Formats: sequence, structure tokens, C-alpha cells
Amino acid sequence: MQGPIGARLVQLVPTIFLVSIIVFALQQLMPGDPAVLLAGESAGNPHVVAQIRDQLLLNRPLWVQYLHWIDGVLHGNLGYSWRLSEPVSELIAQKLPVTVQLSVMAFLFAVVIGVPAGVVSAVKQGTAWDWAANAIGLSGLSIPNFWLGIVLILVVSVDLGWLPPSGYVSLARDPLRSIETTIMPAFVLGNAIAAILMRHTRSAMLQALAQDYVRTARAKGLSETRVVLRHALRNALIPVVTLGGLQLGLLLSGAVLTEQVFDIPGLGKLVVDSVFNRDYPVIQGVVLVTALLYVLINLVTDVLYAVINPRLRGG
Amino acid sequence: MSAAVGPIAAPAPISPFRLGLRRFRRHRTGMVGLALVLGFIAVAALAPLLAPYSPIAASWDAIRLAPSLAHPMGTDEIGRDELSRVIWGARASLAAGVLSVLMAAAIGVPAGLVAGFAGGWVDAILSRIVDAMLAIPFLILAIALAAFLGPNLRNAMIAIGVTSAPGFMRVARAATLDTMTFDFIEAARALGNPPWRIALRHVAPNITAPVLVQATLSIATAIIAEASLSFLGLGEQPPFPSWGSMLNAAQQFLTQAPWLAIFPGIAIFLVVLGFNLMGDGLRDVLDTRRRG
Repeated sequence: MQGPIGARLVQLVPTIFLVSIIVFALQQLMPGDPAVLLAGESAGNPHVVAQIRDQLLLNRPLWVQYLHWIDGVLHGNLGYSWRLSEPVSELIAQKLPVTVQLSVMAFLFAVVIGVPAGVVSAVKQGTAWDWAANAIGLSGLSIPNFWLGIVLILVVSVDLGWLPPSGYVSLARDPLRSIETTIMPAFVLGNAIAAILMRHTRSAMLQALAQDYVRTARAKGLSETRVVLRHALRNALIPVVTLGGLQLGLLLSGAVLTEQVFDIPGLGKLVVDSVFNRDYPVIQGVVLVTALLYVLINLVTDVLYAVINPRLRGG
Repeated sequence: MSAAVGPIAAPAPISPFRLGLRRFRRHRTGMVGLALVLGFIAVAALAPLLAPYSPIAASWDAIRLAPSLAHPMGTDEIGRDELSRVIWGARASLAAGVLSVLMAAAIGVPAGLVAGFAGGWVDAILSRIVDAMLAIPFLILAIALAAFLGPNLRNAMIAIGVTSAPGFMRVARAATLDTMTFDFIEAARALGNPPWRIALRHVAPNITAPVLVQATLSIATAIIAEASLSFLGLGEQPPFPSWGSMLNAAQQFLTQAPWLAIFPGIAIFLVVLGFNLMGDGLRDVLDTRRRG
């Protein structure tokens, strides 16, 4: 098992290094002089500006600035929020659990909807079921999730009054209220992933159903349900697992919009609020943390993949 | 009349790519997608003729009117005709979708071709850069870029273009590696063609099909991305209409003017559906893997 995973770990080092370069480089795109921006009301005072420039090493070469920055990052220091004067790492630590809760629920929705729909569509290939599942899948990919959110608020909250239109209660404070406030956003967020999972499950199932072992299982006289669930689905799910990990980026991207629509104080809301307050360190911090999260989750999926796929165990 | 006597002329060879495009005409859902896309292109091109009112002129005696014959999609919070804004909004959406994808392809395809063709450390470096870019969630990177560059439609397009480039690089690289296994590449080498000539004359034409599929599906993603950035206030700036920013404004009047939240969303859905159907269709008819 060491082989492929060891190789992946080695590959991760340059990837993470390059991510850090991209995040650092974002700073260079900033319009205007950051020292002047930071000085705020004292921007007219050249002494203050010069002092800030010294503090931030802005007149040193870029690579010195990078080394200084990355040294901080490696020690858990992502800088300070310009707007809230709080450490960026603390802000992210506060907001991350909210986004994680939303994403986990969304992913559960996606699996519960997407995988069975894909199975039904493959087993009933060419029937109305297949057609309907495909149509819903394609719609799921084509509907912008923020619009779906707005429409659901309109119908479920404004018209029917079943669920609160916005806001968030944490799981620790009141689990029931927490589910109530996140179930609609999670459904919206999970929708596009469900569509992708459905399409992939369908094609993986079609492939699996055409294999010899499925014919053998049928020839043994096993019930069709058993053939589909125990033999075909088990094998079809292997590629779907890796795919699940790769969708994390989509999930986090979607969370930015969903949190905005439903006014949920997560990482996405934090990054959007920071954009409008030109709070650049926070934006950088969120980009870095989400990228690391993505790399990490995909490493875990690779390990899982090797565990469930016996052929990969030898290395 | 004497028919020409002689060996029967062999039919002119048709490239698999052209053959695929011919098959596309019989692909029903693909053609539905094409029709939707052409419809929206026509709307965007003919916006000045089609729109019954100005998309930006406020009308203070027609604020938030419900849909009627005079205003089929109602009016917005400062009395602008919603239908006219939806029609004009097609321009921002399509321009952002197409231009950002062109930019992504212009960066990603040559990079992928070079990576696949050169191999070795060139491939290793380019592939790691792509891994790093793909590790950052698409929209979060686009938001960060748009935020650092400054919020407007042009920068939103740049942000979407840059973040879509890695996808093109991967597709072009894979197709290049695939093409390199063919005998005609070996033959071209044996004839003493220089590498750049092999890459441009022999490999490049053979990666067109997968790149075209990627481009069509990427436009769908780019249109959603533009709408998302505009929804967040990082795209087209007021008063110019964009479907995303119209939805943003509509959210404040959900109870008083729900129609404002409906039509721009339907427009985004239909145009994105069009590109997705077309892309799926093209993949069905062009994908060499399926024909094995």
C-alpha cells in the first residue's frame, strides 16, 4: 500500500509549494500601494506609510517577502485581518466548522440522491426512468445554485413558511434548529454534485453490468437486486469514490454562493465580506486554507481508493 | 454521352472530425442545445432591435410593476423594464462565456501540447502548476483574482479565463499523449521533420475534437461563473444589466417583487443547458474513446 500513496505524498510537496506561490503572487496584483491602503486615514503622512512599508518588508526583494510570509504561514500565522484586526487563522478557525457542516450535509444529499438515481438509470437504461434521471441530472448541472437557493426561499420560506429563509444556528447550540437552518442550503449546495455523481454512477454501472462476473452472478441464479447491489454497484462505486474527493472544490466554490444567499456565516461569507472591505490577508488565507483542504481530502480519497480496491494494494 | 472510363476514383477522404460533425446533425439533444445557443446568440446580437425599452433608463412611475402586456417580465426597483434587461443581459453572459473560454484555451492548449509533446521535466513542471491551480477551488480563486484586480466585467472574464485554463491544459495534454502513440507520428519523425513541425502539423489537428468538447462545456461553466461573480458584485457593474447582478438586486425584493428573481435565472439556466446539451452531443459524436 506504500507504493502509490508514497508517490502521491512526494507529488504533494511541489503542489503545495506552488499553491503558496500563487497565493503570495495574488498580493502583487493588488491595485495601488498596500502601505498607503493600510495607513488608511494616515495615508497622507509619509512617515506612517514608510513605517508600514518597513514593517511589511515592502521595500525588500520579493523572495525575501515570500520567505518571511511562508515562515509565518508554517508557524500558523496567516497575518492579521485589516478590517477586524484579528488573526486571520482565528477568523478561519471560527468560520470553517460552519462551512464543513454545510458541505458534509450537502455531500450526504448528493450521495443519497445521485448514487441511487444513477443506479436506477443504468439498470433501466433506455426507459422513461433513465430519461427522467438524465434530464434531472442535466438540469442540476445547468441551474446556478444561487438561483435555486433564491427560488427555494421564495417557495419554501416565503410562500409556505416551512423553513427559515436565512440565518444559522450552530450544531452545538441547538442541533434541531441547526438542521432546520442548514437543510435547504445543503440541498442547494448538494444539487450540482448529485447531478455529477448520478452521471458517473450511471456510466460506471453500465460498464459493470456488462462484465462477465455479473453474467456469472445471474447464471448462478442470484436475484436481480442482489446482482445489481452486491456485484455491480460495489465495483461501480470504486471510481465514484475518487470522484467524490475531486468534487470538494466545487463544494467549497458553491458554499461561497450558498452562504451568501442564505446569510450563513461560514468561510464563503467571510471571503465575500473581505472582498468588499479590501481585506486582502483574509482572502489570501481563505484561498490557502481551502487549497490545503482540497489537497488533504484528495490524499485521503486516494488512500480510501487503495483500501477498497484490492488491485492497488500491492503498489 | 460517354462516361469517363478509368479506375473508379476513391471518395475524397473525410477526417474523423468532419465525420463526427456530420453525425452531430442527427444527435437530437445536441441539436436542441445548438438551437438554444443560436437563439441566445441571436438575442444578444439583436438586443437593440428586440428590447422594447432601454435597459438602463429608470422610470420612477413604473416601479416594481408585476408582469403585464406592457412589461411581460415586470419592472424592477427603479422602474426599468425587466424583459429589456434580460435581453441585454445576454450580451454580458455570452461575451463572458466565450471570451474567457477563448482565453483559457489560448493559455491551456499550447501548454498542454508542449507538456505532452516534450514530456520529461517540462511536462513535470507544467503538470505541477496545473495541479496547484486545480487545488484552489475554482470560484474562490476567481473571486480572489477579481478582488485583487478590481471588480468589473473585464476582470471577471480574466479571472474566469485564468482559472479555466488548467482544464484545457489537461485535456490537450492527454490528447497529445494519445496522438503520439500513432504510427504517422513515428513516420513523420522518420522523415526528418523537426519537432515543432510534428507538434503543429501532425499533433495539433488531432487534438481539436477533445478541445472543442472541453470548450463547449467550459462555456457553460464560465457563464455560471460570470453570473456568480456578478451576483456577488464582482462582475458587470450597475447600471449595465447582467443576469447575475439582476438576481442579486432581486433578492432584496423577494416578497414584493418575486418575478424579478425568476426571469434572469431562467435565462441563465436555458443558455447553460444549451451549451451543456451541445457539449454532451459533441462528446458523443466526436469522442474517439467511445468508438474505440
